[in-house]
Amino acid sequence: MTASTRTFGLEAIAEIFQQAKDENRAAFLPYFPIGYPDYDTSLDAIAAMAEVGVDGFEIGVPFSDPLADGPTVQAATQKSLENGTTVKTCLQAVHKLRERGITQPMLMMSYANPLVAYGSEQFVIDAKAAGADGLIVPDLPPEEAAYFADACAREGMALVFFLAPTSNDARIQLVAENARGFIYVVSLTGITGARDALPADLSQTIANIRRLTDTPLVLGFGISTPEHARMMNSLVDGFIVGSAMVRAAKEGVDAVGKLAAELRNSLG
Amino acid sequence: MANYLKQGASVPDERGYYGDFGGRFVPETIIPALDELMAAYEEAVDDPAFVEELLHLQKTYTGRPTPVTFAKRLTEHLGGAKVYLKREDLAHTGAHKINNALGQALLAKRMGKQRVIAETGAGQHGVASATAAALLGLDCHVYMGEVDIARQQPNVFRMRLLGAEVIPVSSGSQTLKDAINEAMRDWVTNVRSTFYLLGSALGPHPYPKMVRDFQSVIGHEARQQIQEEAGQLPDVCIACVGGGSNAIGLFHAFRDDQDVDLIGVEAGGYGVDTDKHAARFGNLNISRPGILHGTRSYVMQTEDGQIMETHSISAGLDYPSIGPEHAYLRSLERAYYTSATDEETLEAFQMLSQLEGIIPALESSHAVAEVIKRAPTMPKDSVILVNLSGRGDKDLDTVIKALEG
Ligand SMILES: Cc1ncc(COP(=O)(O)O)c(C=O)c1O
Repeated sequence: MTASTRTFGLEAIAEIFQQAKDENRAAFLPYFPIGYPDYDTSLDAIAAMAEVGVDGFEIGVPFSDPLADGPTVQAATQKSLENGTTVKTCLQAVHKLRERGITQPMLMMSYANPLVAYGSEQFVIDAKAAGADGLIVPDLPPEEAAYFADACAREGMALVFFLAPTSNDARIQLVAENARGFIYVVSLTGITGARDALPADLSQTIANIRRLTDTPLVLGFGISTPEHARMMNSLVDGFIVGSAMVRAAKEGVDAVGKLAAELRNSLG
Repeated sequence: MANYLKQGASVPDERGYYGDFGGRFVPETIIPALDELMAAYEEAVDDPAFVEELLHLQKTYTGRPTPVTFAKRLTEHLGGAKVYLKREDLAHTGAHKINNALGQALLAKRMGKQRVIAETGAGQHGVASATAAALLGLDCHVYMGEVDIARQQPNVFRMRLLGAEVIPVSSGSQTLKDAINEAMRDWVTNVRSTFYLLGSALGPHPYPKMVRDFQSVIGHEARQQIQEEAGQLPDVCIACVGGGSNAIGLFHAFRDDQDVDLIGVEAGGYGVDTDKHAARFGNLNISRPGILHGTRSYVMQTEDGQIMETHSISAGLDYPSIGPEHAYLRSLERAYYTSATDEETLEAFQMLSQLEGIIPALESSHAVAEVIKRAPTMPKDSVILVNLSGRGDKDLDTVIKALEG
């Protein structure tokens, strides 16, 4: 299937949550940065994960000062920049992945500055043209997102906002009103990085948010093992695994595919 | 002294914007903390007990008001405008940074946050934070880039002596920008227990406003003092601009005096036409409005939106962005910005030392360098007020190396 014949954007994202729900499981959306350990290998890693049936992707666009990221992603995106990765080559990567027949939704994940430097509206248009379905920008809360929000609404693209254990009802409501596609729930106060244990108050955090919105909730930060993944089925609509995938990539594309398969299979 | 924290200003608006600049571009996790900080700050400045405690410490601990000194021999040497120095170098800990650190530390205490984190470039803000923390019994952790640790050794020792933990930052350019990244990561992680004591007029709202207000004591005093000493308002106010706190602290009191020119001096490094400087307004080919550390302002960046590594002989000005209110004042043409190269700065450093017996910080020497260029072109009855933001003891190693090398 090519980009032109698959469902796209918000609709494609809604479909993966529906499908996961029908199968009584959470959707699995791994993160992977373009350009790490090098450009071609990053595409192969994403293809390997697509192969084992992950539900969608967070496609990392590197930024020099990733202040929501821990050491693993920092080092990987730094390497990617040293390899010459740009916003443009990341969009080309999405196009290439679509040409390779990958149909899962892809959300571009970066920080505000590189996207604003590219041109917020132009980025949304070009990302759509390349075959992406949405945007995730951790330093862009809803009240600062007007330019992106207008463009995403016009183009039918998802625009994901975050909630955290610190979010009060007013923030939950604001994010719920503005989120397009899903809400990214940060599991803990902190930065990205694989952790051995998830926080004890996680179900409370989720229940708090669930009380106020029906929008799909996707949990991220710290999730790294099949045990964690299994917990997600009863907790949220989907989850993101980033640092653990990046760490696996040190051992090669096969290790990435293997970890993705393990996580996917643990969901049942 | 009057409550200078409440000198009126039309900016920022309630979203933290100064015209097109400012805002809060931060991870959602810390937005509630920024809301809490804003509420606590507004409550504090309306509480006479808080204001009184701050003013009392300024007077009996920091040594305020700092004097305004007529630089007689420098004035004669330059042969033009009369040059007056606002002596922030005489404030306790040797720089203006203490004005803000004390204010924020008092606020931290009021909010019941025992753990305080800070970033530092030159080490002056780190020392000021460590000092305020020692005074008020708070735990202080200071992030500092490895490059800056190497070039500001005396301040690293001072922070440790004061009981603070100095945490070396080895990511990126290992300077102020990276120290702020790490401090923000710490804050996101420990947000419930921790107060982020940010050291310049940058970062997400309300920091640029809060830091400006705490630093506005500089101009509040100086506006009075210069009229007593010179018998008039200055024709020109000059200050160096890193993040922009000493400059905005001086400018704030003069912003409605339309006849007073406000001049900010950025770090020109090897020259603004090279790629080794930190003049955010000096070369608009490589500096554009963008987003760094939670605020929208001018940012030195590649075409692809990656933040550039900057260079300055002074660690305190070595930063790729600038406080949003400076971008706003520039857009209004209310303030003007220029730069001084490393070489001009070293000359100014020596000239002030030899003619006035005052060894300025390398940061402040940038402002003095602009005085050296500008004073001779002005009439003898005109007045320049320059903010001597800090003293130069911390820079002796750097200067010795630069002069010998
Ligand atoms: C003495 C002195 N002046 C100026 C600065 C620059 O900071 P700002 O622009 O916030 O005043 C520093 C920063 O470390 C400093 O130590």
